[in-house]
Amino acid sequence: MNSKGTLASVLQSRRQEILTQWVKQLEQASASVKGRISATDLKTQANEFLGFLSATMETQDSNDLGAPGWQPVREFLEDLSRQRVFAGFSSDETATFIFSLKRPLFEALRQETKGDSERMAVETWAATELLDKLGLHTVKAFQISREEVIGRQQTELLELSTPVVKLWDGILALPMIGTLDSARTQIVMESLLQKIVETESQIAIIDITGVPTVDTLVAQHLLKTVAAIRLMGADCIISGVRPQIAQTIVHLGVDLQGVTTKANLADALALALKRTGISFTKH
Amino acid sequence: MDRIPILRMGEFLLVTIQVDMHDQLALQLQDDLTCAIEKKGAKGVLIDISALEMVDSFIGRMIADISGMARILDARTVLVGMQPAVAITLVELGLSLPGVATALNVERGMVLLRAALNASETGDHVNR
Amino acid sequence: MITSTGELPLTNEHDIVLGRQSVRRMAQQQGFSLVDQTKIVTAASELARNALIYGGGGTLTWALLSEGARRGVRLTFEDQGPGIPNLELAMTDGWSSGTGLGLGLTGTRRLVNEFEIDSTVGVGTRVVITRWR
Repeated sequence: MNSKGTLASVLQSRRQEILTQWVKQLEQASASVKGRISATDLKTQANEFLGFLSATMETQDSNDLGAPGWQPVREFLEDLSRQRVFAGFSSDETATFIFSLKRPLFEALRQETKGDSERMAVETWAATELLDKLGLHTVKAFQISREEVIGRQQTELLELSTPVVKLWDGILALPMIGTLDSARTQIVMESLLQKIVETESQIAIIDITGVPTVDTLVAQHLLKTVAAIRLMGADCIISGVRPQIAQTIVHLGVDLQGVTTKANLADALALALKRTGISFTKH
Repeated sequence: MDRIPILRMGEFLLVTIQVDMHDQLALQLQDDLTCAIEKKGAKGVLIDISALEMVDSFIGRMIADISGMARILDARTVLVGMQPAVAITLVELGLSLPGVATALNVERGMVLLRAALNASETGDHVNR
Repeated sequence: MITSTGELPLTNEHDIVLGRQSVRRMAQQQGFSLVDQTKIVTAASELARNALIYGGGGTLTWALLSEGARRGVRLTFEDQGPGIPNLELAMTDGWSSGTGLGLGLTGTRRLVNEFEIDSTVGVGTRVVITRWR
């Protein structure tokens, strides 16, 4: 007697019944989240899942969700979780998708094993074990998707806090404010370089007036940015170099390698305009 | 054997690298370019790498070498179009190609070459 | 957790090109940003070339990693070449020595998150690098 066989056959023979009951459960459970997902979508997803589950159980011998044969089911749940994350669901609301399948499934098994209480116990246990695993996988996938979304939001926030400004045709400025750490500098560097290419700017002014301290690491990051800009074919001017910073740089023994520095943004802009051959006349 | 084509643009030569080069191809290019500079009496070389998604130390050194060899043959080299990701990686790798002139694109590269040519013709020393 | 793994030969320069392209695909598959892709592809190119030129040829074993939301690529370059006699010395260059001579190991190390090297004279060299998204 193969307990997997019973579950598999029940999913096939009583599928419609299970689906109807399950959708009813889902609709009741999601009474509070009505509007976030339509009844039609819910039914489609439930039906699709039953299809995958049924097909997998035909061929899979074990309950090991990690086995390659379970991939379609795993992927379905991962996609579902991702959608739920974007729709603003919580993890338990998402796991409900799987757990509300228990009742209809147990009912179907009860019908199938009527009279044989021993068999019913075994089947019910196998079913609950499987659904628990599927539920846990769903929650795990949900958490992973959530972490991805948060990570992306953090990156976007970082980018927003260091905007690249176009001062004139061919001249970009990057006002850096606050402490510079490795992650921030990387993102900022990348977006500056990207903007240079997009705007075909000849000169980028990095203004560090708003940076309180410059240590070796920060100095190195700045130098790397300058070197990268030059490799791309543009020029770089660092402005906002206060006397204290100049001292720090010299004491640290950092070689600025011919980078032009200016005390403030205005001077840097004047130089940049001169270099790009633009001049203004007063009337 | 496939070779990277070298085009003539007035008194300058233009090389557009679009394929992921294997080492032999890169060395062949070096050879072909130095020959072409000599044969056509070219005064400038533009190396367009805007299509290259990766430049490692081998290619970096090849470019630096081409620039050096061209100099000896009295021609200037300008490297154009390096992609941001490539620039960031090269710098991290430790290669900043100090002796190689660069420009954002072929157009700017030609302006640069023209200016360097004019300056040397009038005796000024242009340092880039 | 390793989600998939495989091996590629490094016996001639075409293998280096193929290796680069495979690593690019892997990095894309793992959702790396363009810069991170470029970094690991470049590191792979450096190490593959080392294995070929200094090691007399070798193999590249790759693995796609997954740890929660983190995705990574791990590459192992192995050769049975002469080995590196002065490993300590080869790894001590500072950032500004950009002549690009020799094995370029310190530069390559900066392109990845994890870097391990094992080398025995007369036996061979093994370098394992990992980059996370």
